[in-house]
Amino acid sequence: MVNATTPALGILLDDVSHGYDIGGRFTPVLENVNLNIAPGEFIALLGPSGCGKSTLLRLVAGLETPRAGRMLADSAPITGPGPDRIVMFQDPTLYPWRTVRANVALSQDISGRVDRAAVDAAITMVGLQGFENAWPHQLSGGMAQRAALARALVNNPRLLILDEPLGKLDSLTRLTMQTELLRLWQDRGFTVIMVTHDVEEALLLATRVITFSARPASVVSDITIDLPYHRHRDDPHLLALRRDILVQLGHSADW
Amino acid sequence: MTQTTSFPLHDIATAPDTATAPRRAWRPGLLPWLAGPAWCCAAFVTWFWPDADDFPATDSLAIACAIIGIVLVPVALLPRFSAKAPWMIALALGLAAWEGVQAKLLLLPRPFFGTPQDLLDVFVTDWRKLGDSLLHSLGLLAVGYITGAVLGVVIGVGLGRSARFRYWVQPIIRLVGPLPPVALLPLAFVIIPSSWAASEALMTLASAFPVIVLTWSGISAVDPAYYDVARTMGARDRFLVLRVALPAAAPQIFVGLFMGLGMSFAMLVVAEMLGVKSGLGFYMQWAQGWAAYPNMYAALVVMSLMCTGLITILFRIRDRILGWQKDGLKW
Repeated sequence: MVNATTPALGILLDDVSHGYDIGGRFTPVLENVNLNIAPGEFIALLGPSGCGKSTLLRLVAGLETPRAGRMLADSAPITGPGPDRIVMFQDPTLYPWRTVRANVALSQDISGRVDRAAVDAAITMVGLQGFENAWPHQLSGGMAQRAALARALVNNPRLLILDEPLGKLDSLTRLTMQTELLRLWQDRGFTVIMVTHDVEEALLLATRVITFSARPASVVSDITIDLPYHRHRDDPHLLALRRDILVQLGHSADW
Repeated sequence: MTQTTSFPLHDIATAPDTATAPRRAWRPGLLPWLAGPAWCCAAFVTWFWPDADDFPATDSLAIACAIIGIVLVPVALLPRFSAKAPWMIALALGLAAWEGVQAKLLLLPRPFFGTPQDLLDVFVTDWRKLGDSLLHSLGLLAVGYITGAVLGVVIGVGLGRSARFRYWVQPIIRLVGPLPPVALLPLAFVIIPSSWAASEALMTLASAFPVIVLTWSGISAVDPAYYDVARTMGARDRFLVLRVALPAAAPQIFVGLFMGLGMSFAMLVVAEMLGVKSGLGFYMQWAQGWAAYPNMYAALVVMSLMCTGLITILFRIRDRILGWQKDGLKW
């Protein structure tokens, strides 16, 4: 069953650098990134488009190995993907040949540990009950992203890695999903690392907002948001922070 | 699956397909009731109009038409029948016309053009040999096609997933694949001692090539994000191939299987006409040698039914496996 007994995961990035060979030339993407993420934090990563935030997420997820530096998950080196660190992408990437239920059960199919009750609980948790047997193409964008969320949460991950998960949703669906994400994080107590382009979203949800420079990305600022939830988007403190962050991201102060 | 239709679906436009529905509502009206009389009419023409020559089985044909006509009268009550009624009427009229033109008036040169009763006579007298030929053809086809299909999927997956496999196998596929397998027939019959094995080898080759190319293209086109999703959950290669790549590529693979089946039909007939001493192709060759044209027509009918039946089976399997697709060709 869904519960909050699995402890959250802490992540340590120690001087991590990474890059790609593009057209035969080495292009650095991340440069000496140092990050210490405590268990249970909600981290928002902001930065100019294409700066390497998503690459950072792929490294933490274990989908790629960094060229240099050390990455630890609870003091154990990250050597590959693991079921305690689940990624949710900008697109729901549901498998079109699986029903909603079978999509949510994906991680169980992979591990071979089938737990139907957990699947049903995850589907109910994201409000998709009644759609268990629907095909992905029958879902709206928001519903598909909910299904992807259920798929990510079904086996109680200790770290949820979110790559602009709400980026393609319409603004109203987005607000609902933000609230739900927050509720789930508060209920279940996992660690969240989320890339977003929406400064306001970062400020409303995160306990810490980290801004990156343009490529090769390095940490520009690391702001702890010490405000209680529910935060109000018109809170003057948040508005001031928002202006500061926009300046760091290269927008003029009077924007 | 059945449950989905009751949902308030997001995409309403896909639900009832109004575009393909006939513009004017079909008026069943009288048409279903005309099917029976049309067949009785064909029976009447066959029975009462004297044959131009001494044809076999004229009486049987007339009786068969009459039975069909009588059965169709109560069938007209079935609502499902109304959609098929025009075809049944057209068939009856077509048969009556053929009967009139050839059996009664002999307007077309014989023996190349047979009469309906000639054809019926072949089925009545020679069904054992036709059935035997059909079984031999099916057996020959099954071994070659299934081997080719399995081999094609395996090689296609290898080409799509492994760079080293691609390095060694792709040039061979490029060289051998586009060659019409028929061109290898003389060679195959010489180097492979049994004509059966040679035919199977060529049929395997014929069906494998389209399956290889389309499986390969399907596997290469799989969204890399699908792999990422499974990999972050700890999936290994086996899962990625069998549970991610293959289902994602399945629509393309089925196109390949369909094309491969067509290729293997062609190879089957050629092999049976030139080497294998059994099967429908051999039967046709033999019938032509004896100028037994009605037998040839009968073999053609059986062959056509066999081919369309096998394609139908393939499409049924496809529809089952690809039921998740939003829309698909209906065979």
